[in-house]
This record gives sequence, C-alpha cells and structure tokens, in this order.
Amino acid sequence: MEMATEYQTRDLLLNVGPAHPAMHGIIRIVLQLDGETVKGADVEIGYLHRGFEKMCEQGGYNHAIPYTDRLNYVSPLINNVGYCLAIEKLMGITVPERGQYLRVLMSEISRITDHLTCIGASAMELGAFTVFLYMIKAREYLWELVEQVTGARLTISYCRVGGVKADLPAGFEERARLALRQTREVLAECDTLLTRNRIFVDRMKGTGRISAADALAYGITGPFLRSTGVNFDVRKQTPYLVYDRLSFEVPLGQHGDNLDRYFCRMEEMAQSMRIIEQCLAQIPGGPIQVDEHGRPIAAAEMVDAAKMGRIPEIAGTQPVTDPTLEGSNKIFHQRVNAPEKRALLPPKDDTYGNIEGLMNHFKLVMYGHGIRPPQGEVYQAVEGANGELGFYVVSDGTDKPYRVRCRPPCLPMMAALPMLLAGDMMADVVPTFGSINMIGGELDR
Amino acid sequence: MLEAFLIKLSLAAAVFFGVLNLAGLHTWIERKQSAIMQDRIGANRASIFGLRLFGLFHPLADVLKLFTKEDFIPPGGNRVLHTLAPFLSAFFALVVFAAIPIGNTLTLGGWVIELQVASLDIGLLYILAMLSMGVYGVVLAGYASNNHYAFLGGMRAASQMLSYEITMGISLIGLIMWSGTLDLQAMVRAQGQYLWGWLPLWGAVVQPVALIVFLAAALAETKRIPFDMPEGESEIVGYFVEYSGMKFGLFFMTDFIETVLVACLATTFFFGGWQVPYLFPDGFRFPWGGAIPMAPLAVTLAGIGAFTAKVVGFCWLFMTVRWTLPRFRYDQLMRLGWQYLFPISLANVVATGLALRLLS
Repeated sequence: MEMATEYQTRDLLLNVGPAHPAMHGIIRIVLQLDGETVKGADVEIGYLHRGFEKMCEQGGYNHAIPYTDRLNYVSPLINNVGYCLAIEKLMGITVPERGQYLRVLMSEISRITDHLTCIGASAMELGAFTVFLYMIKAREYLWELVEQVTGARLTISYCRVGGVKADLPAGFEERARLALRQTREVLAECDTLLTRNRIFVDRMKGTGRISAADALAYGITGPFLRSTGVNFDVRKQTPYLVYDRLSFEVPLGQHGDNLDRYFCRMEEMAQSMRIIEQCLAQIPGGPIQVDEHGRPIAAAEMVDAAKMGRIPEIAGTQPVTDPTLEGSNKIFHQRVNAPEKRALLPPKDDTYGNIEGLMNHFKLVMYGHGIRPPQGEVYQAVEGANGELGFYVVSDGTDKPYRVRCRPPCLPMMAALPMLLAGDMMADVVPTFGSINMIGGELDR
Repeated sequence: MLEAFLIKLSLAAAVFFGVLNLAGLHTWIERKQSAIMQDRIGANRASIFGLRLFGLFHPLADVLKLFTKEDFIPPGGNRVLHTLAPFLSAFFALVVFAAIPIGNTLTLGGWVIELQVASLDIGLLYILAMLSMGVYGVVLAGYASNNHYAFLGGMRAASQMLSYEITMGISLIGLIMWSGTLDLQAMVRAQGQYLWGWLPLWGAVVQPVALIVFLAAALAETKRIPFDMPEGESEIVGYFVEYSGMKFGLFFMTDFIETVLVACLATTFFFGGWQVPYLFPDGFRFPWGGAIPMAPLAVTLAGIGAFTAKVVGFCWLFMTVRWTLPRFRYDQLMRLGWQYLFPISLANVVATGLALRLLS
C-alpha cells in the first residue's frame, strides 16, 4: 500500500441531459471530463422516437403528410415537399409550374426560419439572449407569411401529392417583400451583435471542428458539410422543382468549425431571400390563363364544365367553399394542383357540384381506396435546412406504402458529435451541439 | 455614547434598506430593461387590486413564491454547509457597504455625522477582503450540493473570482498612490479637486486605464454575463442548481447586491462618490463665473442624490452589458484576466508611480 502518497486523478463522468436546458429534453450526452476538458462523449438519442416510418405504413399515402410536418418542426414545409415529391416521382405526376414555384417559395421561407432558430439558439446558449429574441422576432415575420398561405404556423400540411393545398392570398407579394425587408434589418443588427463581437467569434472559432474527409465519411450534408468546404447542395447537384431556373450561390466554409457553420447559415439566409424574390418575380399564373391562350382543355375538365353549365341558374358562378384559404375553389385548385385524378382530391366545386367529382373524392378518401402508385421504389432527396432530407418509398401497388424510409440530415451529425466534442472544453459542448441544429422530431422520427 | 450608537445604527439601517431595496428593484430593472432591449413588454401581470404599476409587484410576488417553496436539500449533500452557503454569500456582499461613503458630513442638531457606516482607515483593504470572502459561499454551495454541475460551477467560481480579485486590487493601487489613503471617504474628498480650475479630478480622469481594468474585473466579481461562468445557465446551470426556495433567492439577491456593490465601488473610486461638479460646501461656484448659494443640508442631500444617481447609472450600464454580450469560455476568461488585464494593471501602477515622481 505505498500508493497512498500518490495523487489519484480520475475523470468526471457528467451526465448531460435529457433534463438539461440545452438538450431539448431529448438527448443525453455522457461526458468524460478531465477538469473542464472533454475527453470523450457518449451520445444517446431516441427520446423522441414516435415510429414515423412505421406509422406511414399504417395509413394511406396522404396520411403520412401530417406526420412529415412533425419531422423537422422548425421547417416543416421542406419535409412536406420532400415526401410529396417522392410519391409524385413514383406516380409520374408533374406539379403545375405555379405549384412548383409555391413549393420553392415556401421551402426557402422555411429554410430561413430554420437557420434563424439555429443561430438564435446558438447565441442564446452562449449567453446572448437578446440576439435569440431578435431572431425569433424575424422568424415571426416569416411565420406570419406561412400562416397566411397555409393557415397554420407549424403543423402546416401544405403539400399534397400532385400539388399544394392553397394558392397565395391576395397581396402576398407586397407582404412577403415587407417581411423580407424586416428580416434583413434584423439580420444586419444581429450580424453586428455577433460577427463583430470578439467574445462570440472567439467562442465559435476552432470549436467543434471536423475535416471534410470525416464529414463525408459520416455522410454529413447541408451547411454542416459545406462549412468544411465541400460543395454539395442537393438544390445544385440534383435540382428538383424549379431550382435550376433560379440563380443563387452556395456559401462554403473552410475550417468546418462552429464559426464557419454560423457564417454558412447567415449567408444561406441571404441566398434564400434572393430565391424568394426571384420566385415572387417569376411565379407564373396557373392553367386558367394558359387555356385562354389556346391550349386544349382536358376532356375531364370539359365534362365537368358541361355538367356545371347544365343548370342555367348557377352556370358560370364560382361557389365559395373555403372562406380562409384560396385552394379549394376550382379556379385556384387548377392553378396549383396537377389535373391528376389518381392522386388529387378534386376541387370542392366539383365534389359538391357533379357526380364525377363526388366519386373521385370518395375513391380517394374511402377506406381501402386512395392513392395507389404503381409497384416500385423511389428515392427523392431535397435540401432540408440541415442537409439532405431524403424519402425512400417502396410501393407494392396497394393503397398503403410498403415502406417509407426517411433519411434525416441530423442523424449523421449526431453520430459525429462525440468526435466533434472530444478535445474541446465543457463550455463548447452546448454551442457545438447547437450548431448541429439537432431537431428531435427529425432525428428520432 | 448612546446617541452616537443610535445614529450609527440608523445610518446602517438606512444603507441596508437602500441597498436591499435597490437589489430587489434590480429584478424589476432586469426584467424591464431586457424587455425594452428585446422589443418585449416584460413582466406586468402581478397586480394588487388590479393595480399593476408596470410590473413593480413582481419582486414581491417572487419573494412570496420563494418563501413558500419547498426547501430541498439533496440526499448526500452536506446539510450544514448547504444551508450556510447562501447566507455567507449574501452576508459578505452586504457588509462591504459599511465602508462606502454615501455622502459628505451631515450636521444635524449639533451632531456631525459622517455619512459612512464604518469610517475605516483601511476601508479599501476591508472591501477587498470581504469581496474575497464572498467566494466561500459559492464554493461551499458547489461543494455541499453533491452534484457535478454545482461542483463544476463552484470550481469555476473559485478560480474566476480569485483571479479577478488580484487584478481588481492592483488596478486600485494607482488610485491609492495618487490619493495617498485607504480611507474611502478621504478618497472621495480627494476627488473634489479641479484640474485647470474646471475639470473635476475624479478617479476616472486620473486613472482612466485603471477604470477600464477595474470595471472588467468588477463585472467578473458579480458573476453575471459575460463573466457568468459559475452560473453558465445553458451549460452547467450553475453552482446553485440544487437550491430552491429562498436559499436560491439569496444567491439570486447576492448577484444583484454585488451588482449594486460594484456600481457603488466604481462610483466611489472613479466617479467622485458623492461629489457633484462645482458644488462646494457653500453652494455651486462655476468656473465660468456665477454662483448659486445653498444651505449645508441641501449640499449634503445633493451629494447623496448624486451618489445614488451615479450608482443607478452604473447599474444601468452593467445591465446593458449583461443583455448584450455572450459569455466567455473558461480558458478565454483566464487568458483575459492573467494575460491582458493583470499586466495592464501592473503597468498602470508603474506608470502612476513614475508620473507621481516626475510631477512632485
């Protein structure tokens, strides 16, 4: 027993979360601490597992859309778009141009709200609470826009297989431009408070570093990967919707640390605003206008029109079926939705106005019926706010998906988290974790 | 003798009352100022008979809530130390105020009262000593809670407060050399001189570098953002993580008392304490000519008012800093303290010494 004179040091095992203010209540990190230095970390996920993928197999194809809202609940519109694009790819449906622009528009608004939340939360976790509230204020401007279009703020369920739920309300463009201007003002202010702040830059610089090779090996995508200098953006590499018509830059970092991720996100918000402005300028009218220019009217529509015209009293009138959103009325429905009877509920004018519409409606909503994509499998990726958000759908030809697999962008980042944390200090754990922008709904599904 | 004792007692009561009230009001100031800075309305729900008074009842509601909460001592924690810690914290923060002069002498009914609870010849040393004792409360809280987070917080607090205390002490040496005293009242009186007949020779004018170092070090002593490592709300929750009820409230109050304290110290050392520019015992005498005669009592009251206004001004400044900046990291804090502030304060001492030698 001559050991008694020797000092014995042992590492401190610190259990961070799930009941920890920065862990969202859904993550547990066991830290191995040597003083304040993190020697190792063990990340435990799964506290928010809801069985998203299994639930998708229980209902019809359309039933999964509200579930996708709850994946990344900071930018739910992108999830909607991703899922619907996958099913459309399976069925070979193309959404009308206006619908595509709407999807891009709403996706980019969501991307900004997501980045605002991420940067704001990072700032708050560093103690800059004021910046957090400024960013939430800016997010509010954008969520009001989302609310005007979709009728909801978070559980929007905006997309449909074959289109979107609603058209833009009157005066949307001016309000959108106003919101963008206000958001830019807030961002400029926050930029001064953070980027010009020595404490903030020192805290972010060099912490949570990852090399480009490691990031690629883990399968990390999105701003996290781009901060290491790898130029990968789903919107550029495999353009979907109308992204190939829009001009925008993909900001790249160099060091792959928290500061570069912050810069990437800040610049991506500016680029998203550029995209939104281009969308507002380019967005075309719907099929109604095209028809006036001489395109033949589809046979189904012609029958519907004839049916509608049979009763002279109501011929040519447009019944108001939805007081809030301009999507259920036929005139708007046609603008934003594909003329696809296999997948889309008909406009309410038709459901209530003629037998084909009514039958079509019931064929889609009744138990045992609904969307039936052909047998096959498909993978569709969209650029989520955190990275590549992919949906892999297998259809066995019935009205329920055989398998829906979601590729969440957060998961590879969380897998890399122990590596990111090791070697940094205890105080860096929270900002590094924040810069991942882990969203429980998406991670655990 | 009894009268002198009573006078001291009432003076102590007045200071105690003022400080505790200001600290209590700080919860309101914090809520409202942060709300204004963040485009919010801020707390305004607590009401008595429908009277809301801009949320001024919230501090009362807070105290009521804290007193009625369960007082929880974690299993495995040290009951005695756990209970002692918040009282130590608050006690050492409060006793410092004894040495701070809140005004010039007050002549009342034949008694000449020095408006300072304890006229100590070594006032400054006393203040520094009591400030260092304050760390015990925090360390004990961390140690006695049987909680890793609290323990980390206590460790951080110990190293941070010890490091910055040294810097703070050295930053004041220049001032001691210049005024030649450790008595705070004498120090304030020394600041009543004028340079070129118009510039008040306040500590800030004599020792501008020391002011900056002192403010940084003093902010670190208050354990508030950007120096809130011991608390680190989003990281380690803080050394008081295992406290509830009014014991937590005491730690909470200590933070605010320390903010008021640091504001008082900054005012006393660098902004002339109770000195009002161009106010002499017989009234205002302006350097550009003209004079407003004033009664001695009015002059003293003006001094107390000036002191309070300066303290509140500093409180505002600290609050603004707290709601603007993010938090340092432990190693960055140490680097700032030891590699920048400490050498600067040492250089300031040397420069002051040289300047005094050359000027004399």
